[in-house]
Amino acid sequence: MSKQRLATVWLDGCSGCHMSFLDMDLRLIQLSEMADLVYSPLVDTKQFPENVDVTLVEGAVSSEEDLHKIQAVRQRTTTLVSLGDCAVTGNVPAMRNPFGTKAVCERAYCENVTLDPGIPDQVPRLLSCVRPVHEVVAVDVYIPGCPPSADVIFYAVIELLNGRKPDLSVMTRFGA
Amino acid sequence: MTPSTGVKTLKIDGRDFSARPDETILDVARENKIFIPRMCELNGLSTVGACRLCLVEVKGSNKLLPSCVTHVEEGMEVTTTSERLTHYRRMIVELLFSERNHVCSVCVSNGHCELQNLAQKLGITHVRFPYRNPKVEVDASHERFVIDHNRCILCTRCVRVCDEIEGAHTWDIMGRGVDAKVITDLNQPWGSSATCTGCGKCVHVCPTGALFEKGRSVAEMEKRRSFLPYLTLMREEHE
Amino acid sequence: MTPDELLEIAETERESQKRFTHRVNVCLAAGCVSCQSQAVKDALDSDIARRGWGDHCQAKGVGCMGLCSEGPLVSTGVLTGNDRLYKRVAAADAAEILDSIDGAPVSRLRCPTDVPFFQRQKKIVLENSGVIDPERIEDYIAAEGYQALIQALTEMTPREVVEQVMASGLRGRGGAGYPTGLKWSTVAKSFGVQKFVICNADEGDPGAFMDRSVLESDPHRVLEGMLIAAYAVGSSDGYIYVRAEYPLAIKRLRAAIRQAERAGLLGANICGTRFSFKIDLRLGAGAFVCGEETALIASVEGKRGTPRARPPYPAMEGLQGQPTLINNVETFANIAPIIRKGGEWYAQVGTEKSKGTKVFALAGRVQNTGLVEVPMGITLREMVFEIGGGIPDGRKFKAVQTGGPSGGCLPEEVLDQPVDYESLARLGSIMGSGGMIVIDESSCMVDVAKYFMDFCMTESCGKCTPCRVGTYQMHRILSSITEMTATPQDLAMLEEFCDLLKHTSLCGLGQSAPNPVVSTLKSFAAEYKSHIEDHTCPAGVCGKQPGGART
Repeated sequence: MSKQRLATVWLDGCSGCHMSFLDMDLRLIQLSEMADLVYSPLVDTKQFPENVDVTLVEGAVSSEEDLHKIQAVRQRTTTLVSLGDCAVTGNVPAMRNPFGTKAVCERAYCENVTLDPGIPDQVPRLLSCVRPVHEVVAVDVYIPGCPPSADVIFYAVIELLNGRKPDLSVMTRFGA
Repeated sequence: MTPSTGVKTLKIDGRDFSARPDETILDVARENKIFIPRMCELNGLSTVGACRLCLVEVKGSNKLLPSCVTHVEEGMEVTTTSERLTHYRRMIVELLFSERNHVCSVCVSNGHCELQNLAQKLGITHVRFPYRNPKVEVDASHERFVIDHNRCILCTRCVRVCDEIEGAHTWDIMGRGVDAKVITDLNQPWGSSATCTGCGKCVHVCPTGALFEKGRSVAEMEKRRSFLPYLTLMREEHE
Repeated sequence: MTPDELLEIAETERESQKRFTHRVNVCLAAGCVSCQSQAVKDALDSDIARRGWGDHCQAKGVGCMGLCSEGPLVSTGVLTGNDRLYKRVAAADAAEILDSIDGAPVSRLRCPTDVPFFQRQKKIVLENSGVIDPERIEDYIAAEGYQALIQALTEMTPREVVEQVMASGLRGRGGAGYPTGLKWSTVAKSFGVQKFVICNADEGDPGAFMDRSVLESDPHRVLEGMLIAAYAVGSSDGYIYVRAEYPLAIKRLRAAIRQAERAGLLGANICGTRFSFKIDLRLGAGAFVCGEETALIASVEGKRGTPRARPPYPAMEGLQGQPTLINNVETFANIAPIIRKGGEWYAQVGTEKSKGTKVFALAGRVQNTGLVEVPMGITLREMVFEIGGGIPDGRKFKAVQTGGPSGGCLPEEVLDQPVDYESLARLGSIMGSGGMIVIDESSCMVDVAKYFMDFCMTESCGKCTPCRVGTYQMHRILSSITEMTATPQDLAMLEEFCDLLKHTSLCGLGQSAPNPVVSTLKSFAAEYKSHIEDHTCPAGVCGKQPGGART
């Protein structure tokens, strides 16, 4: 049996979920025997490839870049997994929602800046509202947690690679 | 045959129980360690039947009944868990999450929160409804306590404990619908409240991290409820 | 006040009215007052004085004549059997109306009364509306007013009164249609140190104004109904909970209570019997939910107006924990004629399970909007096309909405169904308190559903979770449908919410909030579909709103 194709994506999040992914330590080797990591912030691929079996998404959808990226990812992925609270609920990135984009940018780039204040235009434009991944594209599996532990991620990925849909509510929860 | 002693017998989830006529379905379930989810109900406070999580099925009734305010009846056959009830309970918990800004990962009550626990118990791994993201305030004007409306689920336990146990009635509700909120005095800053005795009962009955003690960081706010049954019992014996 | 004294007042009043050979009735209910009918009345008064006709001609302020869309309404010739109804009368028309009083009618103002709008009505509740002066108790007494009360107090036991109400088959006119006699008998049999009678005048459905009109046109009839109810159930204290948005109704109720007290018809030892009853007004602050009986009771007690779980029902534990009878204005307004003429008489009108008449506030896209009283069992088609006169501007009928935000929208196919509690419920709507809104092809049914959901969301008290947050989420989905951004999944979610709110909400407001959605989904599914799949609104009402799209 040929190896499955696994990918991870980093949207608006702190990368803690990816750290937790790396926390699998030795089990990463076991994982690599079952699947190739074809795209990830941890590897050097620039383009999200076609025909990915499982993609783990960290982070909420915050900017236009996130939006385009996740739509492409969804198209090229069989099983899309929301990994961690930012992807699942919006979490900390979504805390800006009640204030509106303008106020948040002004606070970040003008009010609290002494050197050359001003809202930059080279960075991807923020969406008016930060959304969890499933509000934008269909999501197949949810792994809440901030971050989900390496045990949970390992269990979930192994189950998915074996063609089973894991029930994760007993192992993890919002904020876990 | 109705027992002349006034004691009622009923079935909950197929098991037989006896109960006093003044007991509710939830009372009997609690005595017998049958879990029925609820948010607004807290043993020792009056019941309001507001959160709708404790709805149960009763044979012969086409309505779902809130177990916290429904008194036992002779021969009642109660079902506390079914696919339908779980479906409704999940939706209600999801609605609570979608209503305000519950960010478990940075909450003082993370790991000790009734809403968070119930979500896990009901197998909720995500909220299907869009979040409302309202802009609500945090009142930290009190010397020792904080109210963060982002985490309030309007269970009104604080209102009731303050009125019924402490006797201060500092808390109440204002506004309608999703704009309803708990207030201190006539919507004055908590710190300026002339009626608040600073007893902290409201903080400890709060099911989420909406009410907490100052100086607590993420996951550090554990609520202590043991005072409530004690105070209620003492009061009852005094009467 | 003894029975003889009452007859004497009636006789004196009739005698004094006899000296007028001519009378001009001017509607002084809120609808006509809002288009300056008071000025018409003043002009008539001064013209009569100027002509020196004061001894034989009277301009009289009366209650609602029904055809509110054509106000101000004025009628003449009531005494001479030469009835004429004038519409859209202005103060400047006063002289012309008086000039023509014995001659040919003023044709340009004439409003025909031989049309179905007037002919198909049967008036029991509204029998005095537009006829008597609502501000004079003597006028009410002369029209057989308070006779039923005296009859009940002097000739009947409380039990016999309840029996007559039971025999009449009268059902609650507030919406749910609970048998009135049964409610009375429950309260009568309940034990309490005190019992209360409450009149629910917190009419809040959009487009409904039956209760307001009754209170403005014939307030004593409601007081008499409450008095009879109090006697029947053994109560000595009553409240009328009326919304503060009805200032004229409040003014007339206050005057009526004062007059009745002065006449010894309210207060201690009424008619020399041991029966005592007093009535206080309580003004609602405009919350729709306070029309729900447990929320209303909380509000009367001075608390926040939120509902509580039933049982216990108010009939057992109501105001201050005591047995409480709560009926709607129209229900109480039916009582006096039932006692006067007997329950059997009342039961002859209507259908097998829905007896008597029902007052409807006909509104929306019909020729004749206004207040009508019709026998139960009349068909929806007769209501819309005969009484209502059909749809104006050559447009096509689309739906009729009954029961306000708790009701449903009924399509063309069911127009031949009778108007009664059971059939409307079977069709997916409710009788409700009597609002009837006609909708034509120029309205979008999703938009209509969204309107009612907006109403329920705004009026949710916030106590229970499903109603508080569920109405918000439902409104959000309906908005996204009207903005053409909804998906089929959103529609499935909408249906899930309908089910959730119906089965888990605490009170009637939340439980029935999905009804406008459920009924439009049932009868107008194609309209939802074309918004979602083809991004078009068949009625051309909804449009894609820039920036409203969800990303």
